[in-house]
Amino acid sequence: MSEATVADTRRLNSKPQDLTDAYGPPSNFLEIDVFDPQTIGVGRNRFTTYEVRMKTNLPIFKLKESCVRRRYSDFEWLKNELERDSKIVVPPLPGKALKRQLPFRGDEGIFEESFIEERRAGLEQFINRIAGHPLAQNERCLHMFLQDESIDRNYIPGKVLVNPPPCPGPNCSTSSFLHISQSLSQLPSMIFCMYFYSQIELDYNTYFTLRMNSS
Amino acid sequence: MSFFGFGQTAEIDIVLNDAETRKKAEHRTEDGKKDKYLLFYDGETVSGKVNVTLKTPGKRLEHNGIKIEFVGQIELYYDRGNHHEFVSLVKDLARPGELSQSQTFDFEFTHVEKPYESYTGQNVKLRYFLRATISRRLNDISKEMDIVVQTLCTYPELNSSIKMEVGIEDCLHIEFEYNKSKYHLRDVIVGKIYFLLVRIKIKHMEIGIIKRESTGTGPSVYHENDTIAKYEIMDGAPVRGESIPIRLFLAGYELTPTMRDVNKKFSVRYYLNLVLIDEEERRYFKQQEITLWRKGDIVRRSMSQQATIASQRYEGSNSETVSAHAKEDSN
Repeated sequence: MSEATVADTRRLNSKPQDLTDAYGPPSNFLEIDVFDPQTIGVGRNRFTTYEVRMKTNLPIFKLKESCVRRRYSDFEWLKNELERDSKIVVPPLPGKALKRQLPFRGDEGIFEESFIEERRAGLEQFINRIAGHPLAQNERCLHMFLQDESIDRNYIPGKVLVNPPPCPGPNCSTSSFLHISQSLSQLPSMIFCMYFYSQIELDYNTYFTLRMNSS
Repeated sequence: MSFFGFGQTAEIDIVLNDAETRKKAEHRTEDGKKDKYLLFYDGETVSGKVNVTLKTPGKRLEHNGIKIEFVGQIELYYDRGNHHEFVSLVKDLARPGELSQSQTFDFEFTHVEKPYESYTGQNVKLRYFLRATISRRLNDISKEMDIVVQTLCTYPELNSSIKMEVGIEDCLHIEFEYNKSKYHLRDVIVGKIYFLLVRIKIKHMEIGIIKRESTGTGPSVYHENDTIAKYEIMDGAPVRGESIPIRLFLAGYELTPTMRDVNKKFSVRYYLNLVLIDEEERRYFKQQEITLWRKGDIVRRSMSQQATIASQRYEGSNSETVSAHAKEDSN
């Protein structure tokens, strides 16, 4: 028996899109290249460094363009820091190739061109996957890896947030509670995210909880 | 005496009085098959006849009583021994004695209360059935007949839309809206997703219906999630200010009404699951509960009335002229 009434399937009203938003540059531009492997040093103390160049327009990154040199152990350090501090499941790095480091090989071992190229591609995929992750973008270690000249292994791990609380006036003796309530009023949407494998739940939660934990 | 093939046995057959005229409903059985059963609603009378046919003509059948029961029960699959009966009515058809020939007994359960809808799920089953029993000294003869019960509702008085702004701080802010919070089983979910901020690389977006069956109480609650439907609503990367429409027709899916805490034993709830997938296969999701209810069939309106409604609803049309025509038609 067919439905006696006609269902109302009209679209809900929505604001028309601003043309500058529609045709403007995308706000999710993030490109990281790993290239130019250089082997430094002689004999047994040789190691390979790669240039890590980043171009972005995401506001969470302080520099819109950066260029640093990193070696494989730096990538390992980043992976360990993220596994410990952030809640994400970190993608795998290209192999450590211990076999290639043994003596009496017919080829150049870890300085073999084809191996370096393989490793370079793996590192590029690794860093792009991580840098695009919203939870990894909050980690201080990622920013230090991508944008600081050298990695300070004795740094204090922490979070990076985009919107610092607005500065109150010069004659303020505001308690931290007032800071928080000001940020609350300025932000129309309060955000929180939770990670489970590769799923992130979109939600809204008290923004000040996030800030109190990080400061 | 009914061992070694001696003695008398009988066959029981239950026939309902309105079996010809009553509607049948399709219901999935535990092993996945679909069967048709007679459909009853709350408060309806269940009446019929029990036919007892003696197998061996001429011999008598001794018995300790013949009765018929109307039972509504909940079976938890992990606790098969215990059936929780929430409706149990008995009618005695014959006192202990003898049957010398096949006989038919009438029965009537007047205005039976059937508070819950029949449900066969993954861990729980709620069913209604008639059971006719001939009690005997050594072994009873019984026959069961299942019926299906559906619970009907009318349009809820309060049916607000669902509108929420969610996201990840400074990465992805969206506002989603669904036109109602309570939908009937053949309704259409109309909604939209509005992008306030997009700082991740989205590949596509889909919406799905998830059914969650919860059995047990207290510490041992067991949830069973099942994705009933999945529907891609956007392909490609959105930018700020874009609004993506949603139109999901529920009639095509196998849905039951929302059941909350039935007899304190189980619940069946439905959620709309909105998922955005980015280029690295990361999934950003938001689940929102909706209430589903069963609408009773209504009287068919005339064709001109239906046409009026349809054209009035068409976006941007001049509804005044159309309704004027409709008034002329019906006069």
